[in-house]
Amino acid sequence: MAELRNMSVTDSRTRSATRRVTAAPDTVISAENLTLGYGSFVAVRDVSLDIPDRKVTAIIGPSGCGKSTLLRAMNRMNDVVPSANVQGRLLYRGLDIYSPRCDSVELRLKIGMVFQRPNPFPKSIYKNVAWAPKINGYRGDMGELVERSLQHAALWDEVKDKLHQCAYALSGGQQQRLCIARAIALQPDVLLMDEPCSALDPIATARIEDLIDELENRYTVVLVTHNMQQAARVSDLTAFMYMGELVEFDATETMFTKPGRQRTQDYITGRFG
Amino acid sequence: MVLVQGEPSTDDEGDRAMTTRVRWAEQLIRHALFACALLSIVTTAGIVWVLASESFAFFREVSPFEFFLGTRWAPLLEPRSFGILPLICGTFLVAGGALLVAIPIGMGTGIYLSEYARPWVRGILKPILEILAGIPTVVYGYFALTFITPQVLRPLIPQTEIFNVASAAIVVGVMIIPTIASLCDDAFRAVPRTLREAAYALSATRLEVSTRVVVPAAMSGVVAAVLLAFARAIGETMAVTLAAGMTPKLTLNPLESVQTLTGYIVQVSLGDTPAGTIEYQTIFACGMTLFLITLTINIVAHRVLKRFREVYE
Repeated sequence: MAELRNMSVTDSRTRSATRRVTAAPDTVISAENLTLGYGSFVAVRDVSLDIPDRKVTAIIGPSGCGKSTLLRAMNRMNDVVPSANVQGRLLYRGLDIYSPRCDSVELRLKIGMVFQRPNPFPKSIYKNVAWAPKINGYRGDMGELVERSLQHAALWDEVKDKLHQCAYALSGGQQQRLCIARAIALQPDVLLMDEPCSALDPIATARIEDLIDELENRYTVVLVTHNMQQAARVSDLTAFMYMGELVEFDATETMFTKPGRQRTQDYITGRFG
Repeated sequence: MVLVQGEPSTDDEGDRAMTTRVRWAEQLIRHALFACALLSIVTTAGIVWVLASESFAFFREVSPFEFFLGTRWAPLLEPRSFGILPLICGTFLVAGGALLVAIPIGMGTGIYLSEYARPWVRGILKPILEILAGIPTVVYGYFALTFITPQVLRPLIPQTEIFNVASAAIVVGVMIIPTIASLCDDAFRAVPRTLREAAYALSATRLEVSTRVVVPAAMSGVVAAVLLAFARAIGETMAVTLAAGMTPKLTLNPLESVQTLTGYIVQVSLGDTPAGTIEYQTIFACGMTLFLITLTINIVAHRVLKRFREVYE
């Protein structure tokens, strides 16, 4: 397994150790009648959607609609909750994420995640970025990888002179970009973002949104947000969830100009939510 | 107090009598509780005073230079010599050996409890660990003398003496495992969940999350746990006296017998040394030395622990 992980780090995009089953070639993650719950509580009910390659897909909806649960299912972060249960299928490039054949540790090499609140390690900026490549046996030039990751996260210019200072000395927005740099240092295929701007001020938010626009060229981004304007600004496709169900999923432009469902219309025009 | 300020009632006399009684009882309890608190402070101060005054008398006879730098400890036999280094060496040898045993096992237990154990396993293990801390230390000493030395150490290394550092270090190590395990567990559980999530999302295994995120983040808590356990190991008396013997010796060989500061105090206290003599005063000088060592370690440990509490705020 160690060998496979090493290879994945150095050559993540071209390798496809996975078996294609049903999804269309440009679909990265595909949910088929997916139901997710905790104990007897159903958080996500019978959701089917295909997330396309190299696009930003936003998932919007009011609090408690199941959008975060759906996102956290995609890299099996819900595994830590003992009562979590899954029905239906969730495929990553044809691989059933919840089959016993899928190792969550390897899956997370391909599917990175950025959290609601910035959560850098209490280590230096450099060590934060180098952490994941190091434990996964990256053999290339670490300094170069750290620089490239920080550049792609639009943070390099601000931190290049203080790489060995503690990450906690950075501002909240900088910390969140550091977390993005840390995630993309593994050269993942998909980047999951769970309300990445909800703890940030408007200026820091704008910078992250600009960054998401750039990330789209290299990664498939799935963005959960409670901020409709943000979804409208940065995403190519938008999924609207309500009470655990997927109400509508379409191109962002369509969703915000002529949505197909009355409930979507009501939500985006601010009539509830 | 509220009653006094309240509306005057019809039965003014009765009310006043009651409030006075309440206040009087309140004052009494207040003073009684204060006396309890004072008692422990006075006791501590008294002990320090006795230690200091008897030590002072001792140092009028023996120069501190000889006491702290001399390498031979023979206060009871002619020619007498008062170099405390052999006792300090014995003390640190046993306590250091105990840490070698207790740090890996205690930290491993702490990691298991906080990162791996399911809640019900944890619910069983933690109380058992506390029982381990409640076994009388003399039982540990007996166990070292009658089991570890003859059944374990001597079959492995025949030249082991009957009384030896290794057996004492092993049992004291076992004795302080609960301290290290429990404090490490607390320190690990104080590491925010978001850091663990970050690590898991970066393709870390449970072991990598534990050893490369949780332990480093809680390092100051671990250091404090180790220091507190070390202070306990240094102060440990009965088990060490039984297992390590009573031969003051400047050595690093764990198979030989040594004497510790605590062991020496036991030896003299149980003997028929007349009060007021120089031999009698040595135990206060030793007690003072012991007190200063453990006090220093405790202060450092609490400093470290305080810093670690502030990290995530």
